[in-house]
Amino acid sequence: MTAPLRIGFIPLVDAAALIVAVDKGFAAAEGLEVELVREVSWSNVRDKLNIGLFDAAHLLAPVAIASSLGLGHVKVPIAAPFNLGVNGNAITVSPTLHAALMEEIDGDRFDPLATAKALAKVVTKRRKAGADPLTFGMTFPFSTHNYQLRFWMAAAGVDPDEDVRLVVLPPPFMVDSLRNGHVDAFCVGAPWNSIAVDLGIGHILHFSSDILARAAEKVLALRQVWADKHPDVVAALVRAAVKAAAFIEEPANLTEAAQILAQPERIGVDVEVIRRTLVGRLKISPDGTFRESGRYLLVGREGAGRPDPVQAAWLYAQMVRWGQTALTPDGVKTAMAVFRPDLYDAAVGRRPPDEAPAGLGAFAGPVFDPGNILGHLKAFDVGRWKA
Amino acid sequence: MSAEQSPKIVIVDESPIRAAILEEGLREAGFTQVVHIREMQSLLARIYAVDPEIILIDLENPSRDVLEAMFQVSRAVKRPIAMFVDQSDSASIQASVEAGVSAYIVDGLKKERIKPILDLCVSRFNAFAKLQEELERTKSQLEDRKIIEKAKGILMKVKGLTEDEAYVLLRSTAMREKKKIGEIAQSIITASEMLK
Repeated sequence: MTAPLRIGFIPLVDAAALIVAVDKGFAAAEGLEVELVREVSWSNVRDKLNIGLFDAAHLLAPVAIASSLGLGHVKVPIAAPFNLGVNGNAITVSPTLHAALMEEIDGDRFDPLATAKALAKVVTKRRKAGADPLTFGMTFPFSTHNYQLRFWMAAAGVDPDEDVRLVVLPPPFMVDSLRNGHVDAFCVGAPWNSIAVDLGIGHILHFSSDILARAAEKVLALRQVWADKHPDVVAALVRAAVKAAAFIEEPANLTEAAQILAQPERIGVDVEVIRRTLVGRLKISPDGTFRESGRYLLVGREGAGRPDPVQAAWLYAQMVRWGQTALTPDGVKTAMAVFRPDLYDAAVGRRPPDEAPAGLGAFAGPVFDPGNILGHLKAFDVGRWKA
Repeated sequence: MSAEQSPKIVIVDESPIRAAILEEGLREAGFTQVVHIREMQSLLARIYAVDPEIILIDLENPSRDVLEAMFQVSRAVKRPIAMFVDQSDSASIQASVEAGVSAYIVDGLKKERIKPILDLCVSRFNAFAKLQEELERTKSQLEDRKIIEKAKGILMKVKGLTEDEAYVLLRSTAMREKKKIGEIAQSIITASEMLK
């Protein structure tokens, strides 16, 4: 149909639909020849997409928005016609921090408000004792990991910029950094949380789905101008991803999907860890405690693949809340326009669904309204935004 | 260029050879204040300590995201005024990304001053890539030589040939079959192992 497409990805389980689309032949069936290129950093993926070395990429949803807004780097408008994953992150803490939190906790340990309040107490105690602030690792300044950590701790009054340290770490370095005490906790996608637990050096404190029931995680990102020029290729790519996502979500295909993803040139980790992630049944403590959630990572089910502009608006609101950008009407509009359900609908050949998407389901604050971001910001005590 | 005019440059690269090539080139071009950081664990602390005006990092270094964060969320470091050369200079960005290097300007350095540095880095990175290729080729030639020696040994033993005769046989077979001597030698080794 066209020249081979070069698509960049980071070895993470939420690249699943993209990897399976190529390796299982769904892309070829749509007439697409795709070369998947494994990358080491989000900066690389973003830059190579932005300058046209990649035609498409597996990208953090907030990076797609930041790129369209010109935050932190060159301004390149991005179109995201497919949502590669909803949720999928977890917060893992060191055994020491876990013990400290459990000592302070008043309530259910899977309730993020209870753990955040416990964290606030630990933070105060440490300050009184003259100890260093706790350090939390996350993956990128414009990442759901960053916003999920901040949203969680700030709900109990912990200021992420004053009371703790937030540092960026490449995902493959997270586990080592927890082991050598460089960080006390981290928020990252699969498989890194499970690897820390398996090594006996971490406890999964929360699935990110405890904090937000539905959070857009990674998107299939295209340059806007490229997408405009190649509508047929975009549609074929979306259809291939939709089919791959459906394949992955079919329980009978679980083992095969996990095997495809586990290949050394793809994600390159143990099949079993990928299986656990796809099923949402994770070992959360070194003692062998398991926890299961149907919401841990949504690849295609519950409408996860169709981009929801409300999610983009929420991510934009977090950028404003934490001082990464100023709130402007144009900013909201630009951010929401990154997520393209229209391209998704056109590709799969259906009319927009009648019912609204399920919403974000945040554990704290009022229901998010993209038309009232200022109201959203005002609902929280902690934040860096200026009116 | 006098020392006080020369901007402080940090090279973040896990490859000591490439960093050395880059450092040497920069020094030749008159940039006297060049620091190579190889240890990734204390990357930020080291960068804070050096307080550079320019940071050069290889694209295959996962710590690039760490640097991005430093520029975006940390208030401990001066904010960069630009990354790469300039937003409008897409050709330079492309050249540097293709070569595998990324430059960050941390201080108020003028665009005209970063451009020659970046150009130099791009050509040095390309030179390194070529060097790497040559190294690979030499390695595979060495590998070939080992295989040929082994195959000669097998032929000498099995067919009672001298070393020269064994080599001539290998070479003539390779010519007849339009293959490399190494390939013929490898097939002899494989065959002899299967027949053991």
